[in-house]
Amino acid sequence: MLFSEGVLCLTANNQSFIFYFSFSIFPGPTFAGIIVLMQNIITVTGLTKQFKNLTAVNNLSFSVNEGDVYGFLGQNGAGKSTTIRMLLTLIRPTAGSINMFGLNQQHYRKQVLQQTGAVIEKPDVYKYLSAYENLKLFAALSGIKPTQNELMAQLDMVGLAGREHHKVKTFSQGMKQRLGIAIALVHNPRLIVLDEPTNGLDPQGIADIRNLILHLSRERGKTIVVSSHLLSEIEQVATRVLIIDKGKKVIEGTAAQLFDPSQTIVEVDTLNNESALVQLQQSRWSDALQPRRSQTILLKINRNSIPQLHAWLVQQGIQVMSVQPRHSLEDLFLQVTSGKQHVEAFTN
Amino acid sequence: MWKLLQIELYKIFRRPRTYISFAAITALILVVQVGLKADGETYINFVLSGLKDSVDIDGKLLNGYFVCYVILQLLLIHVPLLIALIAADMISGEANMGTLRLMVAKPISREQFILAKFLASAVYTFVLLVWIAITGLLLSLWIFGTGDLFVAKISYAVQLQSNDVFWRYCGAFCFAYLAMLTVAALGFFLSLFAENSIGPIVATMSIVIFFTIISTMSIPIFQKIQPYLFTTHMVNWKEFFDEKVNANNEAILGSIQNPQRIINSALVLAAHIVGFVGLSMYLFKRKDVLS
Amino acid sequence: MLGPKFQALGIKLLSGQNPFVLTEYKIVMKRILFLVSLFTFHFSLLTHAQDMTELVKKVKAKLDQVNDYQADGMLKTDIVFIKAPVSKIKVYFKKPNKFRLKKEGGISILPKGGVSVTAGNIVDINSFVALAAGDAEVDGIKVKMVKVLPTDENNEVVLATLYIDEAYLLIRKAVITTKENGTYEIGLTYGKFAAYALPDKVVFSFNTKDYKLPKGITLEFDDNVKPGDMNKMKNKKGKVEITYSSYIINKGIDDSVFK
Repeated sequence: MLFSEGVLCLTANNQSFIFYFSFSIFPGPTFAGIIVLMQNIITVTGLTKQFKNLTAVNNLSFSVNEGDVYGFLGQNGAGKSTTIRMLLTLIRPTAGSINMFGLNQQHYRKQVLQQTGAVIEKPDVYKYLSAYENLKLFAALSGIKPTQNELMAQLDMVGLAGREHHKVKTFSQGMKQRLGIAIALVHNPRLIVLDEPTNGLDPQGIADIRNLILHLSRERGKTIVVSSHLLSEIEQVATRVLIIDKGKKVIEGTAAQLFDPSQTIVEVDTLNNESALVQLQQSRWSDALQPRRSQTILLKINRNSIPQLHAWLVQQGIQVMSVQPRHSLEDLFLQVTSGKQHVEAFTN
Repeated sequence: MWKLLQIELYKIFRRPRTYISFAAITALILVVQVGLKADGETYINFVLSGLKDSVDIDGKLLNGYFVCYVILQLLLIHVPLLIALIAADMISGEANMGTLRLMVAKPISREQFILAKFLASAVYTFVLLVWIAITGLLLSLWIFGTGDLFVAKISYAVQLQSNDVFWRYCGAFCFAYLAMLTVAALGFFLSLFAENSIGPIVATMSIVIFFTIISTMSIPIFQKIQPYLFTTHMVNWKEFFDEKVNANNEAILGSIQNPQRIINSALVLAAHIVGFVGLSMYLFKRKDVLS
Repeated sequence: MLGPKFQALGIKLLSGQNPFVLTEYKIVMKRILFLVSLFTFHFSLLTHAQDMTELVKKVKAKLDQVNDYQADGMLKTDIVFIKAPVSKIKVYFKKPNKFRLKKEGGISILPKGGVSVTAGNIVDINSFVALAAGDAEVDGIKVKMVKVLPTDENNEVVLATLYIDEAYLLIRKAVITTKENGTYEIGLTYGKFAAYALPDKVVFSFNTKDYKLPKGITLEFDDNVKPGDMNKMKNKKGKVEITYSSYIINKGIDDSVFK
């Protein structure tokens, strides 16, 4: 029998790929395994931006994996937009490095931006041109020359069919937002950066953006970095989250990594919540009760105790509608940032 | 680069504001032409009043060349504002519209971006000058006909024979283009520092007016700095309309009295242009786009 | 004057003395000679005054041969504060006093009053007094100076001094003083058209006033003239020269040309 093992390590431009393989040419167990570490689309190391007397971003480091929907959270003035603008080369970092697609962003700016599409805050385009003309213009700037049909398809994808030749000054905010997304996608980038994409949108618009993000991520394999104030929306789409505060990273990780199972918020809904609440207040569960934000009852318990809670409620004769664990990003956000609710939660 | 320039030109000439300048120029020129057609003799008598004590001047003084000279004298003081309207809007206008961040986040080098923008405003300036040439010169020639050009300067007067005038206008327009391009470069440079066009437009015009006042006044302290002001050199398109005389005081056809002055002024203006544009490229490369 | 000395002379002659040795004789003869010469002088003056009018009339008669002419020429303006090229012109004349100088599509700079005051119409003055003013030389040619005074008070010309070449009945030079336009000098040079008293070259010399325009009119910053040069431009004489290359004489010219 002959065993052979080999380890091949390749390091290129700060990205590491480790191939491990093993095989046997004789009968017997033969196995071969290849482990490829997930490629980082974005690696930020020690990023700092100093504006005169203000340190907007302070020694920030994070990474975004390919295929991530990366939620970027922080209070107003935390440094989110500054960081995103540094990713897009709109702002020069004072210190630190940014690697994108395995390339140093400063030295390979053109190659990096060719694979990046962005919607930066309110997407402003040329109001005196039509949607079609704007899209064609920005496609040319991205270095591509799509056909008329391709451009029309792009506009159709974002729901602007029939308005292609109308001047943008006649568009609503939501339509401009969709046009901005079309512009960001026209050159089929690997990475899409969305800075506050739901600003100014109505609930339908917000839902559209959410569905679009999910579509781009799941169906088209895009990597998406999205910053937003709408934590509930981020919660629904993000695979990984970064929370920054005063320019510094506070916490980064997947949902599973971020939320402590022993501190799970559980939402209980019964046919008579008032009566159920009274019973809970008189029980061993009273310490776990949380301030109410709606008609349902909130408790903070260990995730593993949920079945016990459920069983006790039934035992007490309470007609249970649902017992659901809730990962509240808002709670986490407020907990880890220096923010606090300046107004008491309205419970009644 | 060529693609970028095409895009910038497309944006300029699709914008309604661009055509305000052409309309204003046309209106100004037509007003002058109508006025001189109606009462040009009175104006000529006024301009030549200093000479009429000594000589009689006979012939077709009010011709297309004379009218164009009057137009250029008036217009080249006011055209800088129209140039500034576009040039000073090139960067600040994009910032104001919110499109600057979209443009800069595209895979184009910042130097190429700035250069393309400036070249586009240079093309716009060129087209504007061509329009002035068509309406101010060709139209005037059509309305008033040709003839000798009589130019009254401060201390002397120059008579240019009709077959010796057209090439001078070609030279004067080329020089005027250089002068207007200097104003465009200044406006373009100031445009980097604002996110609203009004500021750079007003600043450009203020600088032009302020420097023009210093250039005009014959005060010793001002005379020391006048050679360094671009406004002092902008008016030297008039040098094309001065000729040399021989020992018998006969004008020499096809000559220019001070060709070196034209060359020096052209070099000063070119240096200003290169300076403003170079500085713009340097600063923009380092600029944080916060708009 | 003659009285006492004549009486004394008469007494001595009657007494039979030799007159040629008498002092009184010499004195009286001197005095008689003086009176005769004085009378002769006055008489000759009268004769000369008539001669000048005749001379002027003869010159006019020569000029009157020409009923009309058109001529090609070159106009040169030599004024210190004007730069002008030499230009081609056409000149038209029709009796008695129609004159037109044309530069096709161009500008002519002429002395005040124009160049219409030519030799021809200097002597077109209908009523005048012509007085001899002596002899002179113009370009090496001996000429008679004649002062011509128009008697008509409304005439633009106040005084004309003509330098007339008696031999050829040509005016070689004229100094004209006018009411409106001051004094100027006309120099005439003749060539192949001398028979018609038409000059080959006419030079007008006249005084010029200082010239200066405000910067607000010219819209210039610098007047390109150094302070030292300014003095050269003050109070100078100006010259306009017309050099004729050909004449077409007495072929008829339409009056519309002079409009």
